[in-house]
Amino acid sequence: MLEDKRDGWKALIALAPAMFFLVIFIFFPIVNTFLLSFMDNFAWWPGAGLWLFGNTFDAFPSLGNYIAVITDPIFIDAIVNTMTLVVISVPLTITVSLLLAVALHNVRFMKGIYQTIFFLPYVTNAIALGMVFNVMFSKFDNGLMNQLLALFNVQGQNWVGADGATKTNMAIVLIIYSLWNGLAFKVLVFMAGLASIDKQYYDAARIDGSTKMRIFQKITVPLLSPQIFYITITSFIGAFKMYTSVISIFGKGPFNFGGSAGNTWITIVGYVYKVMRTDTGKAAAGSILLLIIILMITGIQFLVGKKRIHY
Amino acid sequence: MAINHELYFADANAMRRYKIGRILSNVLLYSFLSILALFILIPFYWMIVTSLKSNATLESELINRQLGFFPTDVTFANFILVFGRSAQENFARYYLNTIFVAVASTAITLVTTVLAAFAFARLSFKGKEVLFTILLATMMIPGEMMVITNYQTISVLQWRDTFMALIFPFSVSVFYMFYLRQTFQQIPNELYLASKVDGYGDFAYLWKVMIPIAMPSIVTVIILEIMGSWNAFIWPALVTESKDMQLVANGLMSIFTSSEFSQWNNIKLAASVVVTTPLLVFFLVFKKYIMRGVSRSGIKG
Repeated sequence: MLEDKRDGWKALIALAPAMFFLVIFIFFPIVNTFLLSFMDNFAWWPGAGLWLFGNTFDAFPSLGNYIAVITDPIFIDAIVNTMTLVVISVPLTITVSLLLAVALHNVRFMKGIYQTIFFLPYVTNAIALGMVFNVMFSKFDNGLMNQLLALFNVQGQNWVGADGATKTNMAIVLIIYSLWNGLAFKVLVFMAGLASIDKQYYDAARIDGSTKMRIFQKITVPLLSPQIFYITITSFIGAFKMYTSVISIFGKGPFNFGGSAGNTWITIVGYVYKVMRTDTGKAAAGSILLLIIILMITGIQFLVGKKRIHY
Repeated sequence: MAINHELYFADANAMRRYKIGRILSNVLLYSFLSILALFILIPFYWMIVTSLKSNATLESELINRQLGFFPTDVTFANFILVFGRSAQENFARYYLNTIFVAVASTAITLVTTVLAAFAFARLSFKGKEVLFTILLATMMIPGEMMVITNYQTISVLQWRDTFMALIFPFSVSVFYMFYLRQTFQQIPNELYLASKVDGYGDFAYLWKVMIPIAMPSIVTVIILEIMGSWNAFIWPALVTESKDMQLVANGLMSIFTSSEFSQWNNIKLAASVVVTTPLLVFFLVFKKYIMRGVSRSGIKG
């Protein structure tokens, strides 16, 4: 390429500002959180002085935090809840956004307007709109959903209230909200993928008299497989980190996940935040377990993806 | 598809069948699109309509068990209330805080990521590949791991309830670095060699050539960073206590949790409108940049 040269000092100047923040807020935290997940009864206090020296812990290295976390019924709930939401919401959102992108790709009139509408959730505050859903699914008669149900003579439900909403009702609202919230980005990525597919394939299929369903199965999906693969990985990872949508749906503060005890739909990330300030070691162990889950999903999907992607 | 279809059909009947088929499929397509568009728009509509209702309207609707789908007596009282008339919640202050945090963290992020991306794209130095691989690996790690320790760092530094706590942890981003590096690498070498001939140094080349060419990507970074500040919720909730330091999303959560407003959905949703509108306006103004930036940064991931 270029002549062999060393720009050591220039690189130092150029990297210094970034490295300053990276070391303090990214590298050090990764190492520190990893270490303290293996410290029993890790305790610290604000103003304790120098890092790590002002802290106390009982044993290191120890699996105490990991055992405490995986035997904590709330953490088990968090895992089961997160898995449930992931398994339902990810395939649903991907399917709907794929159909939506194909439909959008095949129209011309008002295409831009529809595209803008479907992108809106991406540029709205997740908390603000979660709270709109909270109001729309209010158990009272001024809840929009219950009013709509009344038009069909269906009894109004307690959807998200802390006083007796069933876990299923809450899940319905959560999944509707994650669908609402999740379409924008996926539709955009699929649209970009569709735009790059050569029109000749479709013309050839049309000349052969293929049905629309067959064209979708045999041309659109295979040629879109890089985007589908990418969206599947990012959606799974994103859904495993679900947190903001849950707390905003219940609207009772950053550590309330619905139900009378505020733990009904607690997620893994929610658990980490909830115990972070009182049980730092457990929070650290929980976050490491989340990392392991994310690495496993990515690994599995790369293995599957290798066989399935047709470029 | 500006093709004259009449040329392709054997007879008028075949053409008619084709045309009817097309109309039918268009009806289906547009119904599907319109139903989903309604699904997306209803929450926005509901938010606006409810925020314009007076307390009296809301109460009478509750008593009559009849919901107003359309605004009847439009009032802006709820907005005036959330914009400072309420003793507890003052969104004017939250706006200023959020704008300040967004501007400051965007400015610092630009300096750190542009310079680092330049180093990775253009300079050669020892350990470049290793460092870059380590940086990419950190992108896999969930942010919660950082939050746990950063919360302690901020507390030990006694930075709780300061702007430093809200700005500094968001002053660098491996993702933006990676994204800008890719843009920088697409700039042809000839420009670099030409600028050498003209006597430019490396940093002058960055400032005078690379940054102007990479402007669209830099604008994308600016937009994404501003959106990130506007949507920040959990971090400010953890490191701020006083009302004077809160950002918009936290103010919104306080309105929802306070007992004072618990039955006043109109006031709660007015606060939602206040939080949502600036970002929506921002989007409508910079629509092209945002949609292009998001889809590009997504596909290249």
